[in-house]
Amino acid sequence: MTVSGFLTQLLELAIAVALAPLLVGWVNMCRAWLQNKSAPSLLLPYRTIRKLFMKDAVVAANASGVFRTTPYIVFGAMCCAAAIVPSLATDLPFAQAADAIALVGLFALARVFIALAAMDIGTAFGTLGARREMFVGFLAEPALLMVLFTASLISGSTSLPTIVEALAHRELAIYPSLAFAGVAFTMVSLAENARIPIDNPSTHLELTMIHEAMLLEYSARHLALLEWAAALKLFNYSCIGLALFFPFGIAQAGDWLAMIGAAPTLILKLALGGIALAFVETLSAKLRIFRAPEFLGTAFLLAVLAMLVNLLLGS
Amino acid sequence: MAGVPLYAQFINLFAAILLLIAFAMLAQRRVLTLIDLFAAQGLALAISTGVVAYGTSQPHLYFSTALTLLLKVALLPWILHRLIRRLDVRWEFEGLINIPTTMLIGIVLVVFAFNLALPISQLASTVTRSTLGIAMASVMLSFLMMITRRKAIPQVIGFLAMENGLFFAATSATYGMPMVVELGIALDVLVGMLILGVFFFQIREQFDSLDLQHLEKLKE
Repeated sequence: MTVSGFLTQLLELAIAVALAPLLVGWVNMCRAWLQNKSAPSLLLPYRTIRKLFMKDAVVAANASGVFRTTPYIVFGAMCCAAAIVPSLATDLPFAQAADAIALVGLFALARVFIALAAMDIGTAFGTLGARREMFVGFLAEPALLMVLFTASLISGSTSLPTIVEALAHRELAIYPSLAFAGVAFTMVSLAENARIPIDNPSTHLELTMIHEAMLLEYSARHLALLEWAAALKLFNYSCIGLALFFPFGIAQAGDWLAMIGAAPTLILKLALGGIALAFVETLSAKLRIFRAPEFLGTAFLLAVLAMLVNLLLGS
Repeated sequence: MAGVPLYAQFINLFAAILLLIAFAMLAQRRVLTLIDLFAAQGLALAISTGVVAYGTSQPHLYFSTALTLLLKVALLPWILHRLIRRLDVRWEFEGLINIPTTMLIGIVLVVFAFNLALPISQLASTVTRSTLGIAMASVMLSFLMMITRRKAIPQVIGFLAMENGLFFAATSATYGMPMVVELGIALDVLVGMLILGVFFFQIREQFDSLDLQHLEKLKE
């Protein structure tokens, strides 16, 4: 592990943790504009998190240790994921320890714990949300894996930095399989981040909610950590998408000059991605929960098609 | 994919888009969106034919590009839209099999078509030969769509989409058919569409519905 690699790693992690709430604020702002509402402040998620950290935590009397430790585990898992995903540079010492499959595993770990914690208290809403979360998760995960496998087939490695290096710094070629994988990935990340075709992020008390139902019993610093983790998850998914499908501008190993250029590029790409997400959320309606298998099944099939097309055309 | 000329990469891209649209049509429930998808597929087909014409300098393919644009992007969707307005049918329709199962069968068909096309495309000498599998897959997907749909209009759109796939197969394997054949097929499709349009009205007059299951029962 070199010093420069270590510094890159730290910088990237810090940027991810610091910018994640900003991305959520930006998406909310764009969505409000598109719906002709006056937008909330860009910094509102930060204020919410600060407010929640200053409050006293209330925990249900029958809560077990799982309920208490879950926010820390989920936040930790999301931070680990942020450390693996190459958003600024491909020189990440930490990423050698975990490849794309381990990344999916990290997301799964967070999901399992948050579902367990939701069922821990024994309220109806928590159980309901946990069941739905697992239902969506088991459909979304294979599709996500297939998307990552397609990118791995092109670059010959499951390590994310290697994939990005192969895609970004090779001679320009059009990969039709990546178009399929891109559509599939967009669908999966909408579902995984509790966005509108599957879940509505702007409601707080509704029978159809998934993510919010699981957080209903949390308060204060626990809730703040979970909200922050959700923002980090959105940030991570955006960065994976950008790294796989728009990898231009990510710096190579040891190239500090390129990293200075990489940060504004990343912010610009994230801003555009946020606008696109707001558009998707404004233009589409929430699906019935029993239509979710169809939605995610389509994503899975597209990802499989991406692999097949890659095998047919790419060899 | 290094070493493949840029225009061939573009053809591959449009081939992939063609397949994507074929799948979207398979999954689509609404008839109006289905027509739009059909027009989009025609557009992808026209552009890819144009790219083949440019890349391999085959001037006669420019004519078939123009023909495709005129017929499949403008004329046929317009006729279909008109028919739907006149018949006043805008329902959502369910197929015989539910959509996820249809898509799974579709994937199996794609694998089958890709394997089938592999030895054939090795015999061909064109740059675009690897897209033959995609062309066959989209033909089969259109077939599947015709089989699984109950109503008359989606079946006809499936038929037209199948012709798109065949046309693409001809372009990718042999740089297009002779002009006479292409003109003949185009005319056939157009006339077929007009006749089927008349059929729609007849079927509806007889059964008060465009559900083709009514045609399966024999009357004395």
